[in-house]
Amino acid sequence: MEGFAALYIFMLAAFAGYEVISRVPVILHTPLMSGSNFVHGVVLIGGMFALGHADPDDPVQLVIGFIAVFLGAANAAGGYIVTERMLAMFKSGKSKGGAQQ
Amino acid sequence: MSSNWFVSTAYFIAAVVFILGLKAMSSPATARRGIVWAGFAMVGATVVTFFAPGLHNVGLIVTAIVLGGGVAWWSGKTVKMTDMPQMVAIYNGMGGGAAAAIAAVELVRGVQHDAVTSTLMALGAIIGSVAFSGSCVAFAKLQGIMKKAYRLPAQNNVNFFLALATFGVGLTVSYSDAPGGFEIFLFFALALALGVVLVNPIGGADMPVVISLLNAFTGLAVGFEGYVLGNPALIVAGIVVGASGTLLTQLMAKAMNRPIKNIIFTPLTGAAVEGEGGAIEGTMKEFSALDAASVMRYANKVIIVPGYGMAVAGAQHKVWEMAQLLEEGGVEVVFAIHPVAGRMPGHMNVLLAEAGVPYEKIFDLEEINADFAQADVALVIGANDVVNPVARTDKSSPIYGMPILNVDMAQNAIVVKRGKGAGYSGIENALFYKDNCRMLYGSAQQAIGEVIQHVKALEA
Repeated sequence: MEGFAALYIFMLAAFAGYEVISRVPVILHTPLMSGSNFVHGVVLIGGMFALGHADPDDPVQLVIGFIAVFLGAANAAGGYIVTERMLAMFKSGKSKGGAQQ
Repeated sequence: MSSNWFVSTAYFIAAVVFILGLKAMSSPATARRGIVWAGFAMVGATVVTFFAPGLHNVGLIVTAIVLGGGVAWWSGKTVKMTDMPQMVAIYNGMGGGAAAAIAAVELVRGVQHDAVTSTLMALGAIIGSVAFSGSCVAFAKLQGIMKKAYRLPAQNNVNFFLALATFGVGLTVSYSDAPGGFEIFLFFALALALGVVLVNPIGGADMPVVISLLNAFTGLAVGFEGYVLGNPALIVAGIVVGASGTLLTQLMAKAMNRPIKNIIFTPLTGAAVEGEGGAIEGTMKEFSALDAASVMRYANKVIIVPGYGMAVAGAQHKVWEMAQLLEEGGVEVVFAIHPVAGRMPGHMNVLLAEAGVPYEKIFDLEEINADFAQADVALVIGANDVVNPVARTDKSSPIYGMPILNVDMAQNAIVVKRGKGAGYSGIENALFYKDNCRMLYGSAQQAIGEVIQHVKALEA
């Protein structure tokens, strides 16, 4: 990728991240940290490319690549399940009576 | 990049959905939806990656995903809500480790890169390794495996020279045409040691800020390795998390009145706590469960201030039962949450939500602090430092300047507490000696249980 195009992506993504979070109420800080932890679980895909392009005859590359995918998958799966568990508990008192709405 | 349009389109959609998902998580009403969307995007992006051209070792990839994902899914499903912060820490560390491992594979393969790519690869490897080993230390501390914070002599110098050595070796390795196995090994050993040395001297109370900071680190590392792999989805997701994680870290540090640089360079453990603070006049006055029940039953407004002590005792269900009972009797009951109640900002809200408390009844410090003056009773359960008025009055106290809940301004303050000792930070609490404050001794479970019995008896 061309250097400056990537620099612009870095810059815009940083602003997007800052903006998206800046309106979050305090009560959601822990779930949100957990949620953003899940989002960087996308490193799994990077791990898949690293292992996928590793030399099948070099055990060192295979082992490290395997670790990358293993850890990335754990980040994504663990991050999802704990975030979902926390957010599932945020119920509104108003919706208790009329669950149909 | 070496993938076809189908894969690229899927990554683009995933990146958009990740950002929308994070945005949806900014409101309690849509938060659940946000994580589910992001989850679909992650599954989609993972599945289409198998269609990317030139992908080998597919069997190994599937095995690693099933093992890693399975272990994490099971542990995440079974962990208790009170242990959530350390689970977030360990999953985050794994993401950092994955980013570092990606860099390691690239280095071992010996692919030629331009200067920018080499630099970002080395930076991503260092940051990812620090996030991995640092998160493991954070996990060990919160889990109680590592009880003490060890501070090396000349800690800041050690940090500085270790960091310098790590960057030196890292850049040398990533710029060289064919780095040797030993150099690569040395680089990662140094980077991992740096993470341990940085987090090791930091005490348990500051750990939430550290976890949040390491979360931002992992985001950055993922973004940098995304550049190395030429994958814009990794860049966008990683940098978005890097930026939002940095902001979140600042918000937490501000709420705790602990500037980030103080947490990392001069930890509270040890020297700083020795500032004694002024002596406190007066005596603690005891209250029975019956007294507490009648004061609250005939009050107009009760504000409950829960702390981590309540969560550890598992008393949140009992507290909510009591609150509902009081509400049936016409008492207005709300919950006031200090930003650092629990182990992280927002952790207490999660614990109360688990017990079934609707979020409309939960207020944070800024929303509720003015209301204490109109409240008949402020009931403090398992909280200490966050309601200590010396933070407002005593300049010599280590917690001076920390925002506190103004419990001392309520008509009556009732404090449920195990015994007469000082709090987590070891600082005496002036609130307990105030004329309008009464102590209800006992474990939160048992004390609130007794109050419930008495409130029921008053109804009959």
